[in-house]
Amino acid sequence: MDSDLSPQDKKDLDKFIKFFALKTVQVIVQARLGEKICTRSSSSPTGSDWFNLAIKDIPEVTHEAKKALAGQLPGIGRSMCVEISLKTSEGDSMELETWCLEMNEKCDKDIKVSYTVYNRLSLLLKSLLAITRVTPAYKLSRKQGHDYVILYRIYFGEVQLTGLGEGNHARFQTVRVGVVGTPVGTITLSCAYRTNLAFMSTRQFERTAPIMGIIIDHFVERPFGNMGHMHPCNYRAPAEEEGGYTGVEDSQEVCTTSFSTSPPSQVRTPPNLVFNFYIRLLKKRNGEDAEASSRSTDGKSVSPRDVMETTFTRKVGAFVNKPGTQVTTASLDLPFAAFAPRAYDIEENDPMVQPPESPATSSPLQGSLHSQGSGESGVPAQDDFVMVDFKPAFSKDDLLPMDLGTFYREFQNPPQLASLTIDVSSQSMAEDLDSLPEKLAVYEKNIDEFDAFVDTLQ
Amino acid sequence: MNCRSEVLEVSVEGRQVDEAMLALVHTILLHRSTGKFHYKKEGTYSIGTVGTQDIDCDFIDFSFVRVSSDELDRVIRKAVGEFKDAMGNGTDGMGQISLEFYQKKKSRWPFSDECIPWEVWSIKVNVVNLANEQERQICREKVGEKLGEKVINIVEVINRHEYLPKMPTQSEVDNVFDTSLKDVQPYLYKITFQITDTLGTSVSTTMRRLIKDTLAL
Repeated sequence: MDSDLSPQDKKDLDKFIKFFALKTVQVIVQARLGEKICTRSSSSPTGSDWFNLAIKDIPEVTHEAKKALAGQLPGIGRSMCVEISLKTSEGDSMELETWCLEMNEKCDKDIKVSYTVYNRLSLLLKSLLAITRVTPAYKLSRKQGHDYVILYRIYFGEVQLTGLGEGNHARFQTVRVGVVGTPVGTITLSCAYRTNLAFMSTRQFERTAPIMGIIIDHFVERPFGNMGHMHPCNYRAPAEEEGGYTGVEDSQEVCTTSFSTSPPSQVRTPPNLVFNFYIRLLKKRNGEDAEASSRSTDGKSVSPRDVMETTFTRKVGAFVNKPGTQVTTASLDLPFAAFAPRAYDIEENDPMVQPPESPATSSPLQGSLHSQGSGESGVPAQDDFVMVDFKPAFSKDDLLPMDLGTFYREFQNPPQLASLTIDVSSQSMAEDLDSLPEKLAVYEKNIDEFDAFVDTLQ
Repeated sequence: MNCRSEVLEVSVEGRQVDEAMLALVHTILLHRSTGKFHYKKEGTYSIGTVGTQDIDCDFIDFSFVRVSSDELDRVIRKAVGEFKDAMGNGTDGMGQISLEFYQKKKSRWPFSDECIPWEVWSIKVNVVNLANEQERQICREKVGEKLGEKVINIVEVINRHEYLPKMPTQSEVDNVFDTSLKDVQPYLYKITFQITDTLGTSVSTTMRRLIKDTLAL
């Protein structure tokens, strides 16, 4: 095979392959730094821009690549791989994709090394630039921050794809970036990327149940012990970010609190990804319902929390030993109180206030109107009901004024709308009818304005 | 020599037309542009360096890479803008942008130079109107995924390494490359477009925009 190649061509080819491998690694890692890359075109050749492309060389990355290559070149059976993975601030990691630079035995003897091979390698690097922005890991890497970071690992030898999902959970696709034939073999560049990450798109973070089952295998101990060779794809200030990253790992308390108290709907994309990991972790470690353990703090009844839910189902909270004695709810003027089931009503004094005039089938608006009178601290007319202070969920101190409680009470009892008052409604109706012709006349006069407005809407 | 023809199809919302077209045209041009040639004595030449730039789309969940050349970007934006205007605002419609790479073949007087296409990319666009914000949000993501697939298609075609014009001598360089830009040198290309009305009937007015020629004047 090699005998047909002149020594100069062989030397050139080796050099091209070596620098191509180094530039490939740079492009991949830089595409996962989390920031937009911009390099300038230059009409005058500088002589140091390999493949006529302005690709910066991050020294650390070059160093790692050279270390992995250890003086060898990618060849048949010797592939150079860049593994990209995600690591949460909790310390859990998941492999996202593996880029493979391989060579097979198919040779193209007639191809000109210094010209055609070089130009095709340049084209392949451009393709790599384009494809690195298309795989799912790109979006994740642009959003990395204190919740998770993207790491890279370079290795040489056999391609390892098992980290992308094992057995039945194998979920990865392969995209071929391109091939370049050379006299010593065909260089191929491809990427295997985890596809179940495609489920973890922005909108899918809102749904929790279906996703969690898929990622359960991510927390299995990795068969390869090379986690120590992972490097963060975050180059700005290595010393600073290393320190900062360690700091986040240590402060697990902070992470725990933020995930447990914030409702899922408020959490945006990256924290939700970690939220799901966290939930799954708790299920694995504690062996109990993760949500209950993360949300209920010290075993208090969770029924005040339930009151805030629209369904108003009175549940018995986790860790509650005697449901009967611990059910506490407020004398809330609940607009949907008529619909709240009484399945757990054990005590005789049911503290839930029933709006006196609203039957079960009345509209919610009616219910709230009629309940406005029974304010936040007044004693209800009927003796059956016992006033109990409203304790909002997660309120820190029972003694101090509870802003959340006050807020809730105030907005439970809005002032009655003037237009809905029964007394005046009939009068205003008559007035409205009288003024109608005048209003119509005015509108007809201004008909052109209205038409113009409608046009702007289209 | 046969002209290679590739077709890409996308369905987008009205306000996504610009970015979707820019993304695809720039991805193709990234692969079909080189650095500026500097010819030396004895027929050798050196090639300048092409820089690249990440561009985030505003109306699509997508980012793409283009050549770092503001001049080239202006030309492409102008063409895409004209296409968008021709498609009309707020109406459903179909259109097609064609990016054609060609070589000039000089002819003797009185015949004008011949333009021989060697690669034509036809990007068919179907514009839809969406009713509410939720649909638009879904469209943002879906179109982003679709564009990703199209980029993979483009890369697949490019990496077949089929016909490319031979590297020209200094006297012939303008027959193969567009040397009008200061920082990069794409292969000679022209962008044209066609609009189909919503009924899908044949084009009533075919508008040809020879951007290259307009600029040359």
